[in-house]
Amino acid sequence: MKKLLLPSLLVFALAGCGTTDTQETAADDAANAQNTNVKTVNVPPQSNTSGLPSWATDPSKNSVFFDYDSYVIRSDARSVIEAHAKLLSQQPVRKVTIQGNADERGSREYNLALGQKRAEAVRRALRLQGANDVQIEAVSLGKEHPRCTTSTETCYAENRRGDFVYLR
Amino acid sequence: MDKIVITSRIRLVFGSFFRSTCALLLTCLAVGAHAQDTLDITVMGSGGRLFPVIVPVFENEGRLPNSVSEIVRADLERSGLFKLVDISPMTLPESKVPDLAAMAARGADAVLAATVVASSNGNYEIRIRLFDATRADAKPELGGLVLRMPPAQYRMTAHQIADFIYEKLTGIPGYFATRIAYVVKNNKRYELHIADSDGMNAQPALRSPESIISPSWSPNGQQLAYVSFEAQKPVIYVHTLATGQRRVLANFKGSNSAPSWAPDGRRLAVVLTKDGLSQIYLINADGSGARRLMTSSGIDTEPAWSPDGQFIYFTSDRSGDPQIYRLNVASGSVERITFEGSYNVTPRPSLDGKRLAFMTRHDGHFRVAVQELASRQTTILTDSSRDESPSFAPNSNMILYATVAGGKGMLAAVSADGRVKQHLSIQAADVREPAWGPMQK
Repeated sequence: MKKLLLPSLLVFALAGCGTTDTQETAADDAANAQNTNVKTVNVPPQSNTSGLPSWATDPSKNSVFFDYDSYVIRSDARSVIEAHAKLLSQQPVRKVTIQGNADERGSREYNLALGQKRAEAVRRALRLQGANDVQIEAVSLGKEHPRCTTSTETCYAENRRGDFVYLR
Repeated sequence: MDKIVITSRIRLVFGSFFRSTCALLLTCLAVGAHAQDTLDITVMGSGGRLFPVIVPVFENEGRLPNSVSEIVRADLERSGLFKLVDISPMTLPESKVPDLAAMAARGADAVLAATVVASSNGNYEIRIRLFDATRADAKPELGGLVLRMPPAQYRMTAHQIADFIYEKLTGIPGYFATRIAYVVKNNKRYELHIADSDGMNAQPALRSPESIISPSWSPNGQQLAYVSFEAQKPVIYVHTLATGQRRVLANFKGSNSAPSWAPDGRRLAVVLTKDGLSQIYLINADGSGARRLMTSSGIDTEPAWSPDGQFIYFTSDRSGDPQIYRLNVASGSVERITFEGSYNVTPRPSLDGKRLAFMTRHDGHFRVAVQELASRQTTILTDSSRDESPSFAPNSNMILYATVAGGKGMLAAVSADGRVKQHLSIQAADVREPAWGPMQK
């Protein structure tokens, strides 16, 4: 430290003899002004299940799970995707959001991109099964909405998931 | 080619009487002011030999409603570079050159002389001069400053004085007169907070029942862009701190995330999925004119501008594993930056353009690393296991990041050489997603 500090001491001692600057501290700095300006967000309930068959809101039938570091639809997910694709073909005004999720390991934004990759895989599978593109929105919640919150492999597997959510 | 060097650090958890006193002082301040919201700062390690400096109680400081010199001393102490030599209750008037030989005999290498003068309009003037106590023979004055402040601004004024002393004695600009943004999670409620760099004066800017991530400061420090999940999907907002007003910056079909202000303040790089997978777009600050910057077959995300606006650093899995690349904005050419390891994400360049902080996975642990961009030398700075979201202080020397300790999210800071470490925590709450703001103008 001595090494770093002393040469710079010398430089300033030579260059800065007796100079005095004047600074003003602003009276209306933003930190004070924002005191009274807190924005509060209220989220109304957004799901719309009217007219949906009861199975479509059964948690065991509106999620598909993915292997670690994988974005390929597993064979055990096919029946769930087929059922939702059929529902969307039968109700062409119905819209679904596919929410992709990731486990807690790694950066929030990279996990958001991984969740998107899973949601996108489900969206493509739905389209191949006959659902219309305008009915589907693929989004990601990254690691922000974990269904399971312990740091175990079982829990991570439960969070690598795509959910079918009927919002409108 | 690249070398990963594990730095050896000096861990001084309450290593000396002096540090214990400092930690206690900060705890007291925390309890006194905003007990619940204040970040509590503990210095974990220091930068080798501490530089001894005297910051006395200012002459006439009792006329101020709040102590300023106390905050200056706490800033310098917390930096891990200085040792404060106590001469209280003695004051050193700014109008005279102090007895430097006597101050040197007390162990100080530098001495501040400071006086408070009350102005007629209810404001105050603080006059300071800094002296080199080791050069009593020659001209010992290192410089001076006159600061005019309304009483309510005593904290920011103290931070400006600490910045002045820090820069005069180290040759590196200070970082105390800055603000930080971070997200507090408390019982499934999320709050975006803005605080001074010492964790004090914390104010909520946004409260939401859904997650908030990726705050990004506008270059002038007046606005924050962030991602909110309140619409059950990621949407980017731009929030003006002084008014509390905000507007949607990007809400395209799919996900909208990872905002990063261009140095000119007129545009942002963002990540959209409206055309499939996560890709980087440029968008005007008013939300118009979104255009795709690159087309890759995989994920491109976490854009961050170089301070000269020439490059956009980003994370991509185009080669399989997530690695850091940079785009030359003018030519469109892309260059890979990280090669060591299988997980390198969240690139954040320093304001002097010389360093890149990022997150790396090492033996299954997520840690903060820094690369000297000229030599490509990479150093892992932390030894924790769940570090995230590194962000440089505007002096390009300290890095703020999120970590997890005891199952709880907290903030930490480390110097770019890995020697100075601090923990910043809020009792009973989870803290994450820090972003260090620009210098206060």
